[in-house]
Amino acid sequence: MKGQIDLKRKISPATRGSFITYGMVTAAFIVTQILVSTGRVSNMFQGLLVPFCVYSIAAVSLNLTVGILGELSLGQAGFMCVGAYTGAIFSLMTKDAITSAWVRFPLALLIGGLAAAIFGVLIGIPVLRLRGDYLAIVTLAFGEIIKNVFAALYIGTDSRGVHVSLTSQGDLGLEPDGKMIINGALGISGAPKDSTFVIGFVVLLLTLIVMYNFINSRTGRAVMSIRDNRIAAESIGLNITKYKLITFGLTAFLGGVAGSLFSHNLAVLQASKFDYNLSILILVFVVLGGIGSMRGSVIAAVVLTLLPEVLRSINNYRMLIYSVVLIVMMIFTSNATIRGFFAANFAKLKGVIIKNKPDTAKEGV
Amino acid sequence: MGFLDNLINGISLGSIYAVIALGYTLVYGIAKMLNFAHGDVIMVGGYLIFTCATTWGLNPYLSLVIAMAGCTVLGILIEKIAYKPLRQATSLSVLITAIGVSYFLQNIALLIFGANPVTFTSIVNLPKISLFDGQIIIKSETTAAIVVSVLIVVGLSLFVGKTKSGRAMLAVSEDKDAAQLMGVNVNRTISLTFAIGSGLAAVAGGLLCSAYPVLSNTTGAMPGIKAFVAAVFGGIGSIPGAMIGGILIGVIEILGRAYISPQLADAIVFAVLIIVLMVKPTGILGKKISEKV
Repeated sequence: MKGQIDLKRKISPATRGSFITYGMVTAAFIVTQILVSTGRVSNMFQGLLVPFCVYSIAAVSLNLTVGILGELSLGQAGFMCVGAYTGAIFSLMTKDAITSAWVRFPLALLIGGLAAAIFGVLIGIPVLRLRGDYLAIVTLAFGEIIKNVFAALYIGTDSRGVHVSLTSQGDLGLEPDGKMIINGALGISGAPKDSTFVIGFVVLLLTLIVMYNFINSRTGRAVMSIRDNRIAAESIGLNITKYKLITFGLTAFLGGVAGSLFSHNLAVLQASKFDYNLSILILVFVVLGGIGSMRGSVIAAVVLTLLPEVLRSINNYRMLIYSVVLIVMMIFTSNATIRGFFAANFAKLKGVIIKNKPDTAKEGV
Repeated sequence: MGFLDNLINGISLGSIYAVIALGYTLVYGIAKMLNFAHGDVIMVGGYLIFTCATTWGLNPYLSLVIAMAGCTVLGILIEKIAYKPLRQATSLSVLITAIGVSYFLQNIALLIFGANPVTFTSIVNLPKISLFDGQIIIKSETTAAIVVSVLIVVGLSLFVGKTKSGRAMLAVSEDKDAAQLMGVNVNRTISLTFAIGSGLAAVAGGLLCSAYPVLSNTTGAMPGIKAFVAAVFGGIGSIPGAMIGGILIGVIEILGRAYISPQLADAIVFAVLIIVLMVKPTGILGKKISEKV
């Protein structure tokens, strides 16, 4: 008993918080796997397993920008779109060359992520000079541009090589043996369905490990200091642009990985799926899970993806309930009077239930 | 004459954007918040006109007045319930709340009017204008959009510059605390701003749905975002800027659709926004605001 208590004291609160999250995700994975293998799970639920992972990864990575950097990005769907398309194109092109999905799919995820990260950094260089509402609207604009360009993109291959067009399929001038890869608004069909719950879980766990280590690193602390007071952080010599770009790039990378995971779970991949409503949906996960809390993002993503499927009868009211919860949540967490009221009463409540518990939730880890 | 046709259509669409952009620019100037739900107030205005004019068979102009009154009340309610508690909060919280309000309006409309778009009957009842021996025919909706938006911009400029309430709006947008010390009722001024912006949104809804007669619960979303682009383009906080920005965005969109690619028209509009923000973040007629520690 004594040894256990000592061990607890040595581990920092942040580390303990991260391991609770890893444990929670792993436990959920194991329970689900057991339920699936014993056949106690409906088809509908099985179909949701990969989306759980996709939305969780997307939410966790967006939380890095929203919660840790403190800037609002409404372009997460755009990065997912880039990742989804690049990953799917890679898989389609190498389907015959690399037959093992275990080799091909991790590569597709990585390439999807890298492509999105390149986009993220390229977009970030000009955009991150803006802040607040302007940044939000510009990231939304970039997301929409990416979606529109992919929806207008036609790519095909034949014996003469790769053809690209922005107008129509006929414009490509493919030989009879050629095949379409991206068919404009119809998107990509025939990408191998490599996404499985196991891979999704592994990627989610890796994402969380990267996230927690990033937040608790020197870089992560620098990013949080920019969030808390930009001018003070600048005056002690932090390179604001560099840290913002790193954060934005990492968000885009993981968003791209989520997108690639998503595209390998769909029979047909269409750019119209990645409109700004998806960005807002992921933002809802982040906000309702708790801004800055990675564990909260995962829980919110899973619960809010599952809820409408379970409660089919209230599906019409789902978005209505979301929106009301969003407004109420913001008013309750941001209004000084209401927050003061709750803080005072919660302090009393906490004192009764948990005596002298150290405040681990400061960074929301 | 194809180019001239497109240009006129662009100016007409741009005039509608200008009316919407005025709502954004007034609210942003005074409350320093991006009212994401503004586009959805347009949609509500459209549905109000549709219900009054088509379902109940009222006079179209009376319907417009009813819709304006309805949207004005809605704007004030939104401000009082959702935004007022967040006056001191970060812009992140306010923007997320505004997104919440936007979703709320869209889904209320979805529950009331269903998912299927309705066909809007034009409320404009004017003769067509024919130029160059009928080579160019300007539809009445086009004329109405341009005339109405010019009247609104002139009227609003006079209101802000000449009346006591308008000057109070200017004072609040300059410095809220100083205005309060000078005896301006800040809360009432902000409510008034939302009321005007939302009333204009109803007019914009009528014009937009008359020109593009498909009305669904997401009708307002994209024009709303584009009008915000227009407001930023013209310089946020500036009334003439909203007009200039709106018309430029409308013309760019229609010409882009006609001559570059119909699928990429939206992308072109957003690319313009990004370029403007990179080169001149305050927009064409905007003022530079320096930041204090």
